[in-house]
Amino acid sequence: FPGLADVSIPQDIPVEGEITVPVGSHSPDEDYSTLDEPVKDTIMRDLKAVGKKFVHVMYPRKSSALLRDWDLWGPLVLCVSLALMLQGGSADSKDDGGPQFAEVFVLIWFGAVVITLNSKLLGGTISFFQSLCVLGYCVMPLTVAMLVCRLVLLASTGTVSFIIRLIVVGAMFGWSTLASTAFLADSQPPNRKALVVYPIFLFYFVISWMILTFTPQ
Amino acid sequence: LTTCLVMYFLAEFDDAANLLAANPDATTISIEEPVEIPKNQHSRLQEPGREEDDELLGTDDSDKTELLAGQKKSAPFWTFDYYQTFFDVDTYQVLDRIKGSVFPVPGKNFVRLYIRSNPDLYGPFWICATLVFTIAVSGNLSNFFIHLGKPTYHYVPEFRKVSIAATTIYAYAWLVPLALWGFLMWRNSKVMNIVSYSFLEIVCVYGYSLFIYIPTAILWIIPQKVVRWVLMVFSLCLSGSVLVMTFWPAVRDDNRRIAVATVATILLLHALLAVGCLAYFFDAPELDFPAPIIPAHNGTTVITKSH
Repeated sequence: FPGLADVSIPQDIPVEGEITVPVGSHSPDEDYSTLDEPVKDTIMRDLKAVGKKFVHVMYPRKSSALLRDWDLWGPLVLCVSLALMLQGGSADSKDDGGPQFAEVFVLIWFGAVVITLNSKLLGGTISFFQSLCVLGYCVMPLTVAMLVCRLVLLASTGTVSFIIRLIVVGAMFGWSTLASTAFLADSQPPNRKALVVYPIFLFYFVISWMILTFTPQ
Repeated sequence: LTTCLVMYFLAEFDDAANLLAANPDATTISIEEPVEIPKNQHSRLQEPGREEDDELLGTDDSDKTELLAGQKKSAPFWTFDYYQTFFDVDTYQVLDRIKGSVFPVPGKNFVRLYIRSNPDLYGPFWICATLVFTIAVSGNLSNFFIHLGKPTYHYVPEFRKVSIAATTIYAYAWLVPLALWGFLMWRNSKVMNIVSYSFLEIVCVYGYSLFIYIPTAILWIIPQKVVRWVLMVFSLCLSGSVLVMTFWPAVRDDNRRIAVATVATILLLHALLAVGCLAYFFDAPELDFPAPIIPAHNGTTVITKSH
């Protein structure tokens, strides 16, 4: 390096200065460190985010909050509780009973992944985990329907209880499908909307069928 | 001499560079055409009087469509864009293909008329998924209604049958086209004039031909043997005719016996699927009804009382 040949640093000049870099832009999520806060704050923040998304599903409006801050805690809790509530059915022979825990789990997650891949392959602009998040959260009305069905089945198992269960499951199935379509339909190309909505309809129909045909032992 | 040789090679490189520069133009021009074809297809399908033009154009530009198909799917197979080319269909195209599989027009080839070098995987995959759940749900409902009055009957959801239905139907819809495609490739290497379909086009035909079984499975809930068999024969005729009209032009130039054997095997496997599903998922409806015995008993008691 010919230009630096005559630069010499005397050895007795101390090098000093500030090492910390001042934060220029104050983006909302990154200007404080979350390592030092108490664990209760971390958990409460995540719980509040999950709770806010549940409220979004209850009253589906086109809001970008559900899509932007995706998380999979809510879908996991819903899937596990639904799969647990579907146990204890008529399972005297393992072959012909209701779905096992693993079957429900795989059906919900694999179904959600396949629907997400389908919408992305058809040209949708939503990201993979955002779509999984929406599909998982929209299982919530069906989980509520499962709870109601189990309570109704505790009371009676006759035709009247079947009609009540049919109405409740049907209503919740419609709610789930409408809620997820409200969130997902905008990100699809306009002449392929039906192609994307139909698999969602099939997915929630299968889950509703599993809920409706649950018979206690 | 060496300078002359160097100049010669430089000129060669220039020519090659010009060719390479010209190729992007060629590919961009030809890539535009597949975009135009769906629009023309849309306008052609809306004019009912032009069907013979469609058929002629289908056979005339078959070479061109083969070339264009080769250039359309140029992304390497490990990228997402490669698979996106198999989902390049709009809603009306899927509905048209379904309509073409349910109402086969005699003499028209499903692949040439509807697929036209744009095979999609959306139809086969979701029609198979719908069929799996339709058969499982309808079978369960039908068994429930058949055994409804019996005191010893306890309803079970029979969820294990869903996985069996899924394995059977997806194996049929993907392995049989694979075998048929391999067989057609093998015959194509022996007899030069055979029209050959790509693997995806065969999967497409099989997938869309299974659509008729969805309403059939729903109607199989009716617990009458005669009704079920009539429905089965009807749907077998419709979907079988779509398959026959697609694959007969592909094998008719071959040895007569092999051609007939191929088409017969296609139909036999199709029939086996339908009969197997009916036998396994739907219990036979009972022929005897124990109910008439009870009113006769009441009738006799009433008669004795009145006496």
